[in-house]
Amino acid sequence: MTGFAAYLVFFLIVALTYSIVVMGLNIQWGYTGLFNAGVVGFFAIGAYGTAILVGPDRTHLIGGFGLPFPLAVLGGMALCALAALIVGLATLRLREEYLAIATFGIAISIQLVALNFESLTGGAQGLVGLPRPLFGLFDSPASYNLFYLGVVAVMAGLVYWALETAVRSPWGRLLKAVREDETAARSLGRNPARVRLEVFVLGCVLMGLAGGLYVGFIGYVSPLDFLPILTFQIWAMLIVGGSGNNRGAIVGAVGVWALWAMSGLAISRLLPVAYQSQGGAIQVILIGLLIVLTLIFRPRGLIGEAESVSKHAD
Amino acid sequence: MLQAIADGILSGSIIALGAIGLTLTMGILRFANFAHAELVTWGAYMALGVLSLTGAFMGPLAPFSFGVPLLMATLVAMVATALLALAIDWLVYRPLRGRANHLTLVFGSFGVSLLVRMVILLLFGGAAQYYSSTLQIAMKVAPGLRIMPDQIFTLGLTAVIVVALHLFLQKTRLGLSMRALAENPELARVNGIDTRHVVRWTWIIGASLAAIAGVLYGLTVQLRPEIGFHLLLPLFAAAILGGVGNVFGAVIGGLIVGLAESISVLFIPAGYKLAVPFMILLLVLYIRPTGIFAGTVGGGKS
Repeated sequence: MTGFAAYLVFFLIVALTYSIVVMGLNIQWGYTGLFNAGVVGFFAIGAYGTAILVGPDRTHLIGGFGLPFPLAVLGGMALCALAALIVGLATLRLREEYLAIATFGIAISIQLVALNFESLTGGAQGLVGLPRPLFGLFDSPASYNLFYLGVVAVMAGLVYWALETAVRSPWGRLLKAVREDETAARSLGRNPARVRLEVFVLGCVLMGLAGGLYVGFIGYVSPLDFLPILTFQIWAMLIVGGSGNNRGAIVGAVGVWALWAMSGLAISRLLPVAYQSQGGAIQVILIGLLIVLTLIFRPRGLIGEAESVSKHAD
Repeated sequence: MLQAIADGILSGSIIALGAIGLTLTMGILRFANFAHAELVTWGAYMALGVLSLTGAFMGPLAPFSFGVPLLMATLVAMVATALLALAIDWLVYRPLRGRANHLTLVFGSFGVSLLVRMVILLLFGGAAQYYSSTLQIAMKVAPGLRIMPDQIFTLGLTAVIVVALHLFLQKTRLGLSMRALAENPELARVNGIDTRHVVRWTWIIGASLAAIAGVLYGLTVQLRPEIGFHLLLPLFAAAILGGVGNVFGAVIGGLIVGLAESISVLFIPAGYKLAVPFMILLLVLYIRPTGIFAGTVGGGKS
């Protein structure tokens, strides 16, 4: 494979992994109107959970269960569900803002645990040398990456299909009902707080799934892969693609990740070495502008939410 | 232990100043402003910018490490921060107000927080900076307790501001309008209160206090572009603990959060200090979501 094709495969694996996170956020924000300000925290819980369960036994570390990869990912997702329950039960019966604040808090706390709980997370060095699923079956890293792209694409496709089925079900209509008019939903005998909790946990579990897939691909975890900026990047992907639309979530993930990669390349080529850190700031400013400008001028994003009108209406 | 309590009261008073502005905006403008803590950073750096332009041409006022220049710089920083808050309100929040989902405003402030932080990083660089390079000798107040004169100044200033703000809210017409708008927006409007006027002054007061908090933080700790990011959770915890919209509550909340942070270091590794406000926040939300002193907009859904 040429260098560019190899890079493209690498790029698509990461972009499609993020698209699963974006779809998780989409069911929370796009369909139900829940603001999750700690996306990176749940992605990290899934990644670290997977890493700890899949990793080989090491004397100086807790964990090292050496579980098969799929089981480890499921374990990471279960941890995400637990964290989401703790935050969700505290906040979802209160004003909507409190969920935003609490998720912001859990993301910071997870970052601290990742950095400081060295005997579990490996601290600043992270956990390295994790087994990559089925790596031994391939003769070159390039063909393995191609295989892994297939795995991630199938997983993203499955998540897409499952969410599309879910939002078209009566349960899915309930989400929008709770978002649009909580009082009406309640008067029809629904429990909005419960629906919110279900959606919040589901979205966070999907973020955890993506975290697990990410670890399987790179073969290590490090706190540097879970910086707060990722939360903003995921939000930019969602709003650019158009919230309330899963196709938009995938388009946004690939598009914004491409923009990020290209702006990084442009800065490293064009700016002198002395100004590289300022270049990094400019790159982040682009993400911030993308969020704020889209929110003001094109709130429906590139694709946006499809109108849903009852077939009984005129 | 004594030292930890003294340090906690000090950082708590800085958190309190920031939390007052946050609780006012949360109570009156009715949204959780994720960008509020960035106003603290902005204020701190604006003062640094003024100092670096004018230079510390007058010696420090003993026993403090700073002199008249920093006081002047603080005034300029307050104006600059108020202007930034008004500009953000006009450019970002005004077009987003009235959208069906009021969380759009929270989302907007989330994006703005990133922008402000990065602009500061771009303008001033990422390294830690100080207002003054002179080292201050801590005074030994009691056995095992050392306090720097700057820290006493910080405490005194906070107390004066809290009293002044209390009188403002109780005695002046504008203060009364602000409380009215926080308690019942519809009723306030019916009674002819100019909402836009009150909103403007809410930003000016909140941002000015944030700027002062930023300068005091820079004076007693150090300046970094991440100040605001690290203060955001303590500010939210303090505002919610004290009851959203309740100024006095924000002060008590700030002191509790500051004390809890500094005392926690005696029992858990210092690396987890930043998670303490989150634990307080979760506890409050589980046990008493309206805060210790019921705020104007309590925990219930509005």
